[in-house]
Amino acid sequence: MNRPIRTVSIFCMFLFLALMVNITYLQFWHAEELNTDPLNARVAEAAFSRQRGEIVTGEGREQVTLARSTEFDDQYKYLRVYPKPKLYANITGYLTLGSQTGIERSQNTVLSGEDPRLFVTRLIDLAQNQSNKGGNVLLTLDPDAQQAAYDTLLQTIGPDGEGSVVAIEPKTGRILAMVSLPTYDPNLLATHDFGEFNAVFQDLDQDDREPLVNRAIQTRLFPGSTFKVVTAAAAIENGLYAVDDEVPSGATWQTPGTTGDSNVIDNEGRFLCNPEEISFRTAMAQSCNTAFAKMAVELGPEKMREQAEAFGFNSDYLQDLSPQAQSVYPTGVDGEELNDAQTAQTGFGQFEVQSTPLQMAMVVSALANRGTLMRPYLVDEVQSAEYETLEKTEPDEIRDAVSPTTADQVTELMVDTVDNGTAFPAAIPGISVAGKTGTAQRGVEGKAPYGWFVSFAPAEDAEVAIAVMIQEAPGKEIAGGALGGPIAKAVMEAILND
Amino acid sequence: MANALLLQFVHRRRRGAELFLLILALVVGIGAYAAVGLGVDGEVPTNLLGYGGWLAALVIAAHVVVRLVAPYADPVLLPIVAALNGIGLAMIHRIDLALDQGQADQQLIWMTIGVMLFVATLVFLRDHRLLARFTYTSGLAALVLLMLPMLPVIGNEVNGARIWIAIGPLGFQPGEIAKVLLVITFAGYFVVHRDALALAGRRVLFVDFPRGRDLGPILVMWGVSLSILILQKDLGSSLLFFGLFLIMLYVATERPGWLVVGGALFFGGAAVAFRLFAHVQQRVDIWLDPFADRNGDGYQLVQSLYGFAWGGLIGRGLGEGMPGRVPEAESDFIMAAIGEELGLTAVIALLLLYGLIVERALRAALISRDGFGKLVATGLAGVFALQVFVVIGGVTRLIPLTGLTTPFLSYGGSSLVANWVIIALLLRISDQARRPLPEATDESEDPDLFQTQVVKAVGR
Repeated sequence: MNRPIRTVSIFCMFLFLALMVNITYLQFWHAEELNTDPLNARVAEAAFSRQRGEIVTGEGREQVTLARSTEFDDQYKYLRVYPKPKLYANITGYLTLGSQTGIERSQNTVLSGEDPRLFVTRLIDLAQNQSNKGGNVLLTLDPDAQQAAYDTLLQTIGPDGEGSVVAIEPKTGRILAMVSLPTYDPNLLATHDFGEFNAVFQDLDQDDREPLVNRAIQTRLFPGSTFKVVTAAAAIENGLYAVDDEVPSGATWQTPGTTGDSNVIDNEGRFLCNPEEISFRTAMAQSCNTAFAKMAVELGPEKMREQAEAFGFNSDYLQDLSPQAQSVYPTGVDGEELNDAQTAQTGFGQFEVQSTPLQMAMVVSALANRGTLMRPYLVDEVQSAEYETLEKTEPDEIRDAVSPTTADQVTELMVDTVDNGTAFPAAIPGISVAGKTGTAQRGVEGKAPYGWFVSFAPAEDAEVAIAVMIQEAPGKEIAGGALGGPIAKAVMEAILND
Repeated sequence: MANALLLQFVHRRRRGAELFLLILALVVGIGAYAAVGLGVDGEVPTNLLGYGGWLAALVIAAHVVVRLVAPYADPVLLPIVAALNGIGLAMIHRIDLALDQGQADQQLIWMTIGVMLFVATLVFLRDHRLLARFTYTSGLAALVLLMLPMLPVIGNEVNGARIWIAIGPLGFQPGEIAKVLLVITFAGYFVVHRDALALAGRRVLFVDFPRGRDLGPILVMWGVSLSILILQKDLGSSLLFFGLFLIMLYVATERPGWLVVGGALFFGGAAVAFRLFAHVQQRVDIWLDPFADRNGDGYQLVQSLYGFAWGGLIGRGLGEGMPGRVPEAESDFIMAAIGEELGLTAVIALLLLYGLIVERALRAALISRDGFGKLVATGLAGVFALQVFVVIGGVTRLIPLTGLTTPFLSYGGSSLVANWVIIALLLRISDQARRPLPEATDESEDPDLFQTQVVKAVGR
């Protein structure tokens, strides 16, 4: 019987070989794929149980910690704590088991310590038999500006209001403030009591005011009259008009090819717009709809779109947060180019033009930087757990949205708008401020408009460019200048006084 | 000439080597237990001395008994088993700490019972051929044991498989004991009937096929396997018993034709079962794509695969993984826990240990001097190899998952006790095989003075 016993031995050897090959494949070659499976709760749990890096912002002694992991006596060992929860919730996001939002999400590999840039740190941890500690993320936000933006916006729109403020450093693209209201407390979502997490999350998620939405980048609305700076830039850049020229205006304008009252553009009672020809400065300062509508039609939709896209419409530029909404200058209606009536509406930021607060901040930021659009960014530095800089974000020029002379001329128009026109609430004594108001119709009868305000200062060498958006301000009459102007002023002062 | 040399060759006892290997095994087992405490709680377990002492006492007792009653037994088997059992205990203790339960203590009690039965087997069974007397008795006993879970009061369904009996608080899987009894039955039957099964038949395409009338036993065994599959929904045992039967039939008759017939029967039965029974289909579906229903049917296997992957090459370290995430981590899926915390290295090492057990068992079969011993040893080796393959192949997604315990590692009394008895039987057979021949043909003595003499020294 020995021959079949030997055969059986060989058979058994193959059984064991098959097991060994299979397990080697599973634990060696296939492991990487399984270990990066986002649905692998084990991976999520391990990341959740690790000492995560900090999110900090500000420089030197003014530096504030926005998120840190503190030791906690349960199976996850660390609890994520947000010391300034409501002020920065839309930036930091929150961390819970298996998912995260905001910077917690976009910088997850750094914060959790898995990023290749932390390789050396990881090696040292391994050598010292310490558990792997995550790297830190330093943001560009200016704590004073953020606080000022938050306080004044909240004060203006009230506890039930909805709005957003974005401030950018024009020369670099650093985002200095980014506020979205209403906000929430990420500490409540970072809890290890997942039942409580679900309850809080459901409440926030089902709230009609959408506190979980970061309005600065996720909400796009008609920019209204603030978009006139884009129309003006297009007109000057294309040589249609210069800053000291006269432009066609008029009390009302029935747009070409239309009939009926609904297609008549008026100036909402701003009588200085009424003459058939007015100065470009007056058109901007008085925010004359008829003037900019005619200008847009003269330029044509193609040139308007080119200019809008040069400022960043129809694209995403911020890489540090997601998701974000793309701002829109319409590329056509039903596959056809915009007609004159539609183009006329886009000249003052209506029809289908839609912008996020960040996008409008980018527009004025480019004008403030003599035409050069910088990529906006939030993450200033990636640091090791010991706060050594591993990588610093270098300012990145996206493109010259307009020429320096065009930028200078639009700036002049905007300074006039603050000095002698609708944007006067943002004036700061002793500093020349460039600004533009916007009060955008929603296109729904009986609903309050959106208020906008964009500005930058000092006009000749800007340190800050800002966009304020007011979506809802219960109990207040929404007007871009009256409500948005003082907010922009407060934020600009907070930055300029540094 | 070579044969004569072989006859003169006397195996060494190698009990010293066994003791040395046993001490290594104890170091591994007790060290793992201490490492679990250090990894999870940051301190050596308080009961380390008591636990280590108990484990050492059991292992040394087994060694002493082997030294006394089976001095020529294979010296490698017992240390391997001690190492496996020690690692298993440490791992169960590790999972206890994760899930806040106390199964390691119970498992140590089961191990004690297992070692006691091991000792009893070696002491009372001085010659394995005595077992051949119980061919039909043990067959009947095996059938009764297999049917016990189907009885109303004591039968118990756990996780969909009706393979448990419960007597008071004690749960028991009679199938594990039936496994050993069936090996004895098959060996006893085949050693008598092998000629009839082997010689008659017709040749088709280079393969000798058996006669139709000899198909009786194979059909009976096929029926038993299928009824286990259908009535008890126990895929693993069904596969195990039929595979065991085929291996022993093949070894006894030396005819590959039986494998063809048996294999065809098995796959035919399995195909029909696949079409007819939802639980078989479900297992195959999970195997083909466990991620399709990752939070439902596929959950356990997916968690197991994640565990293995998480462990990688060298593992997370004892106490550093999350073996509690895999349901049944302490029993069927203990390999996933080991893969996670000790890594591929340990899994391969354990597979080699299992491979060595099979290899030593088959070696005992090769050198055994009687057909019955050869068949029993081959059967035990085969059942062991198949069980390891089926369960580890299942948890690593090589083959569809069936539910079997991992010998010596998994939590479970019946399995542990049965496996200790298997090792005792293997030691007995190897002791008989390696023992020097009685000096029957001494020239100086007149054979006529003896009433009997050995005429058949080596069985084929």
